[in-house]
Amino acid sequence: MLIDKKHIGMKVPPHRVNLTAWQLKWFAKAIGETDPIYFDEEAAHKAGLPGVLAPPTFLFCMDMDKEHPFDYLETMGCDLGKMLHGEQSFNYYQPFYSGDTLDFDGQITDIYDKKNGALQFVVKEVKVWRQSELVGDLRSVMVIRA
Amino acid sequence: MTQPNFAALNVGDALPSMTTEPVSRLTLALYATGSGDHHPLHLDQDYVRSKGIPDVFAHGMLGMAYLGRLLTQWVPQGAIRSFGVRFTAITQVGERLVCTGKIVEKLVQNGENCVRLELTCANEAGEAKHKADAVVALA
Repeated sequence: MLIDKKHIGMKVPPHRVNLTAWQLKWFAKAIGETDPIYFDEEAAHKAGLPGVLAPPTFLFCMDMDKEHPFDYLETMGCDLGKMLHGEQSFNYYQPFYSGDTLDFDGQITDIYDKKNGALQFVVKEVKVWRQSELVGDLRSVMVIRA
Repeated sequence: MTQPNFAALNVGDALPSMTTEPVSRLTLALYATGSGDHHPLHLDQDYVRSKGIPDVFAHGMLGMAYLGRLLTQWVPQGAIRSFGVRFTAITQVGERLVCTGKIVEKLVQNGENCVRLELTCANEAGEAKHKADAVVALA
């Protein structure tokens, strides 16, 4: 069944994330990061940073940090067991650190299909705010297999 | 860190490459903890077998994070203006990932000198897992 294109423009329920040094320490360990500004608060402060620096792809983890990260696909009636991550991109405007509170404000910007509907694509774009300052944005393309 | 200099760089120049340790089940468990993505496809062999898949496989975003490290080993993170990836193949347990990049364009974007990079994350046999690009501002 094809996803109804009426969902283009749909707002994703917004959410807020408090970024912690603890979480970043585990992420750094997972990806083999060795620069201590990414996991050690003291090293980050010595480097003149206000907190542990969140690495470039961590915005995606924070975007997923909600009870139902794919709530928008469920709203469209998609089977999450048939979902693949097709593309992911980021624009960066300001760095973000442990101690920051970030707000995620997303919208569905496109829905299309290929191979006569065997593959459907849902595009979500999210703006990330620290109070009134735009720190970055994300664009995620999820693929739903028939 | 000696920062790359815009004037000294040319289209075709390569970034220092990076090869990861083999992606293990422990890597996937750690990535689940660090990222918050606990999808059983990456952790639970009983679950994946029930879906007809022979084994757990890596989170796509793990490979993108490795490419992010390739970038931040080359320039301070604040220089990265944009970074995007297409996931083209699944990374299996046991594979080492080889992250490479090269300059494909020198450009001025929003008044800044920038380079556009083409990045690849592949296994040791050369099968591309992720194809990425990034724009980085340089002094």
